[in-house]
Amino acid sequence: MNIMSWLQLPIYIGVLLILVKPLGSYMARVYQGERTFLSPVIAPIERFMLKIAGVKSNVEMTWKTYALTVLLFNLVGFFFLYLLLRFQQFLPLNPQALGSISPQLAFNTAVSFVTNTNWQSYSGETTMSYLSQALGLSVQNFLSAATGMAVLIALIQGLTGHSTNRLGNFWVDLIRSVLYILLPLSIILALLLVAQGVVQSFQPAIISQTVDQTSGVVSQTIPLGPAASQIAIKQLGTNGGGFYNVNSAHPFENPTPFSNFLEMLAILLIPAALTYTFGKMVGDTRQGWALLAAMTIILMLMISVTISAESQGNPVFTSMSVDQSGGNMEGKEVRFGVVNSSIWATVTASSSNGSVNTMLDSFSPLGGLVPMWMILLGEVVFGGVGSGLYGMLAFVVIAVFVAGLMVGRTPEYLGKKIGIHEMKMAVLIVLIPVITVLFGTAIALTSSRGTATIFNAGPQGFSEVLYAFASAGNNNGSAFAGLGVNTDFYNITLGIAMLFARYALIVPILAMAGSLAQKKIVPASSGTMPTYTLLFIGWLIGVIIIVGALSFLPALALGPIVQQLMMGAGRLF
Amino acid sequence: MKIQLRPLFGVFTLLVLITGVFYPLTVTGFAQLLFPYQANGSLISVNGQVVGSELIGQDFSGPQYFGGRPSATSVHPYNAYDQASLTGSAGSNLGPLSKELVKKVEERIKLLKTFDPNNENLIPIDLVTSSASGLDPNISVSAAYYQVPRIARERGLDESTLLSLVDQYTETRQFGILGEPRVNVLLINLALDGIKIK
Repeated sequence: MNIMSWLQLPIYIGVLLILVKPLGSYMARVYQGERTFLSPVIAPIERFMLKIAGVKSNVEMTWKTYALTVLLFNLVGFFFLYLLLRFQQFLPLNPQALGSISPQLAFNTAVSFVTNTNWQSYSGETTMSYLSQALGLSVQNFLSAATGMAVLIALIQGLTGHSTNRLGNFWVDLIRSVLYILLPLSIILALLLVAQGVVQSFQPAIISQTVDQTSGVVSQTIPLGPAASQIAIKQLGTNGGGFYNVNSAHPFENPTPFSNFLEMLAILLIPAALTYTFGKMVGDTRQGWALLAAMTIILMLMISVTISAESQGNPVFTSMSVDQSGGNMEGKEVRFGVVNSSIWATVTASSSNGSVNTMLDSFSPLGGLVPMWMILLGEVVFGGVGSGLYGMLAFVVIAVFVAGLMVGRTPEYLGKKIGIHEMKMAVLIVLIPVITVLFGTAIALTSSRGTATIFNAGPQGFSEVLYAFASAGNNNGSAFAGLGVNTDFYNITLGIAMLFARYALIVPILAMAGSLAQKKIVPASSGTMPTYTLLFIGWLIGVIIIVGALSFLPALALGPIVQQLMMGAGRLF
Repeated sequence: MKIQLRPLFGVFTLLVLITGVFYPLTVTGFAQLLFPYQANGSLISVNGQVVGSELIGQDFSGPQYFGGRPSATSVHPYNAYDQASLTGSAGSNLGPLSKELVKKVEERIKLLKTFDPNNENLIPIDLVTSSASGLDPNISVSAAYYQVPRIARERGLDESTLLSLVDQYTETRQFGILGEPRVNVLLINLALDGIKIK
């Protein structure tokens, strides 16, 4: 593998880190209601919206009101999307005259987009009308991302609140997330992507003549659609649902190496910058940098493993007269090659984005293990917008608590004593995805309906099912896509897994925020463990990896690990 | 705990209008104004007839053309969209230890050898493995070089002419750093037929 290819990794991480502070401090100003350079344009719209909708923006909510408002808002979003999908055949902007969507698929898809998972049981270009894409899926890309950001802001309110039971106002946090952050960034990114060749048109598909008609195929139908606007927010909002079946591997979603770079940057941009926003809002930016450092270290290590694994080529082909210096190219695109495919796969898995520019099912066993394991860590290494950081903060609570036990001191974080209630909530947040993934996989594998649509034989087939529940049970959305998932069984079980992963976490997060807000902030003393040192960063990484490894090693051993060993032995399936 | 319904439906409706109507229409407007070629599919026309998109690969099975990546789309290779069967872009999803994958790679090697029995060079891997999208418009530069002797013979051309054509149609790393060097199969084949697009 040549050095120029590898160099793309430090450049990518470098540009990302440079953008953390400017965007992070901008977001902190937005959420604290301070003036920003966009305020002259957006503030009047914000005030108008609050007035029309009858929001009393100065009335703060308790954690219970906040949580119930989040749930109801998401419920309205679910029904709107479900009905839009069910009735798309009667609605306009459907130039290919695509038909109705079954109740099971509409349920799965609506849940998937409302929960920021963007698992796709369907193929975009052959299922979704332009209206369903733009007014349905794209809208939920914005709203699910903004929901995650609002919940994070509520948790920060809890950490900074002083003997209060108020966590801010959901409507204000939500509207600000969309108007000041997601929308302007999306417009810029969408236009940059169009400049690279991503399509943005409401015209029907084009029928083209083919140049070489030797095979008897004389025409090719080229699908169009409002793709750029959807792809911009799908990456920025860590949603990941593709406009076309093969997601960001499709040349119209991701035509050039530069579009690929921009999209990868967009995936991690907001989750990374939110760590700075967090530091700023809690009044100590070192706290944010420490979390970012822990995330970046884990990510860089894992990306390096994936690149090394994928650049090896497939040992099965070594006896044939092929030159494998290109690496494992089955399921990869030439313009991205092994390096960009591997970076993307690791990034998309760690960030709960789930879009792909390569087919993960065709990855080498070790190369496929990394994204799977990154998801299984609970989507806290960057993670989804908002949701990644609130999940990470649950791990911080656990890390602080365990460290406190070891030295025999009352654990505290940012001046708040961590009590039994916070610990219970943090453990729930960590355990619920673990249980969802393992039980879901077990149910699917013991049911004939679950095993009927497995595509690859051997341990790879097991990996397909484990990956599906890992993905749904952590709101990621990527897949070992060989598994046939547009069945009643998978549409319903994975739909339920996605609901658990999202809402069974949001409620304990807000409960924890509510109880933290009521505590006094005690000034740091000599007995306080600082949570921004290298030691703490290392400790936090250790806790995340130990919990992740202990929960899933047995399951992973049955899939990718045994497969890696069998590959060495030359076994085929 | 008091939940008010007016903000619930009011905020939802307003945000749907902004993100689902205003946003896509604004982006479409600017895209059509600033980048009409890209926004409409980067289409290539010859004498008023659309012959493809610069970004979407086509099936070149005639030995006189540069062949592209194997494609795993259903119905036929490089099927970007088929109204009748509702199929389109797709990868093979075959795992690394799949017998089916090994069989397919062997068949592809055999087919390349049939048209070019004297070529002793190793076959670049991207020429015998299927792409992620099934629509990959590119092959690696070495995959283009590999095919030069066959095309020279089929067309009665000098190999040196073809080699310089490959060099001319090689896209380097973007900004000197991003992506992998590659050749656009449709564009170089149009050039072979004497049609210059770029």
